[in-house]
Amino acid sequence: MPDQGEFYQRDRDWHPPAYVKEYKTSVARSPQYSLISLQNSVGEITGPVFGHNDIDPMDRDLIHNYATAGESAIGERIILHGRVLDENARPVPNTLVEIWQANAGGRYRHKKDTYLAPIDPNFGGCGRTLTDENGYYYFRTVKPGAYPWRNYVNSWRPAHIHVSVFGSGFVQRLISQIYFEGDPLIPLCPIVKSIPNQEAIDSLVAVLDMNSTIPLDTIAYKFDIVLRGRRSTLFENRLEGN
Amino acid sequence: MLQKLNYLKETPSQTAGPYVHIGLAPGAAGFDIYERELGWDIAGPNAEGERIRVEGLVIDGTGSPIKDVLLEAWQANSKGNYAHPEGGGAVEEGFRGWGRVITDFDTGEWGFDTVKPGKTPGRNGRIQAPHINLWVVARGINLGLNTRIYFDDEAEANAEDPVMNIIEWERRRATLLAKRSEKDGKTVYRFDIQLQGQDETVFFDV
Repeated sequence: MPDQGEFYQRDRDWHPPAYVKEYKTSVARSPQYSLISLQNSVGEITGPVFGHNDIDPMDRDLIHNYATAGESAIGERIILHGRVLDENARPVPNTLVEIWQANAGGRYRHKKDTYLAPIDPNFGGCGRTLTDENGYYYFRTVKPGAYPWRNYVNSWRPAHIHVSVFGSGFVQRLISQIYFEGDPLIPLCPIVKSIPNQEAIDSLVAVLDMNSTIPLDTIAYKFDIVLRGRRSTLFENRLEGN
Repeated sequence: MLQKLNYLKETPSQTAGPYVHIGLAPGAAGFDIYERELGWDIAGPNAEGERIRVEGLVIDGTGSPIKDVLLEAWQANSKGNYAHPEGGGAVEEGFRGWGRVITDFDTGEWGFDTVKPGKTPGRNGRIQAPHINLWVVARGINLGLNTRIYFDDEAEANAEDPVMNIIEWERRRATLLAKRSEKDGKTVYRFDIQLQGQDETVFFDV
């Protein structure tokens, strides 16, 4: 295989723009000058490396990772699983995937969340794992609840799980949100609609996966994550000097 | 029919939201869940070079500090090597070069301790001035912002830096300079990030 070169340029029309009038918080937090476009050098193609010493296998089980022994979190039990791939459809192995979410009532365990739905004493709301050699990951958790937020006075977030992924280069770093198939709140949400393309929005919806359930125990949703791919340096276009 | 290019599309970004701490810094959210949180020690105990602290604010378009930001740093060691198989060479044991900090909920101040990075190779044989790559996410930021922290006491290297020189407006280059001072015998660099306005920090499409 040829040497790996720089990462494919990010398609910024596929991502939400910085300024989205309907998502009010973005208005004062969106840079207004053009971004300066850079070709990759060593600091862009490299990124932090994580190993099994960094995390605990239990970290991926949100039903139990904050629960009292013998108890478990309340809510619809789900497996969330899939693969981390790059734009060349190659698996991204050994990469850190972190998630966080509200509990089944739509309440976050966070000192700044004051929503009236109660805290679940057995649910923390965060998990992390490394993909295996095939880029595969899985979590067990409860399906989060929808909750209101102050954008308009009647804005509700669709049920979602936040996800953070690294890849091998720092320019692959990505945070997004995973929604659930069939949720009628998805097309109403200003944060979802910050993405200008319906196909891109659809790619954030986890699909019901009846073949991956644990019968009589836990239902399953599949969600694949795609990170930026890298060029092959077929002809000389070296990142570093000659 | 034309042949098809079978590339996948990148997963689109969504804001990290106000509760990013739950996932990435749960101690700050107010609960203790992981035995080890990640990213609090960038340089480790064995790193050579000058020990420094970098701190600042992230300021929105109204001039107010933002209090729910998460920042990640990625840097070379003092010899200019990144802790990665393609990073240029060996690094000290325990040097990771990656860190994660959040802004204080009351003041918006952030800060991390590290070592000052060395010069790194750039494209076409050019040398990049010492810098720390920075990635900024928060509620209201729809796609993480990439910028770089350079050091104001590296005037000569900064003047030669190929990335600095891509920035057409000289006064905008100054937004990337962290300002050195001494505080309680420690070297502190101040790096305030402006999201909007005439002094908007330079952000990169990398």
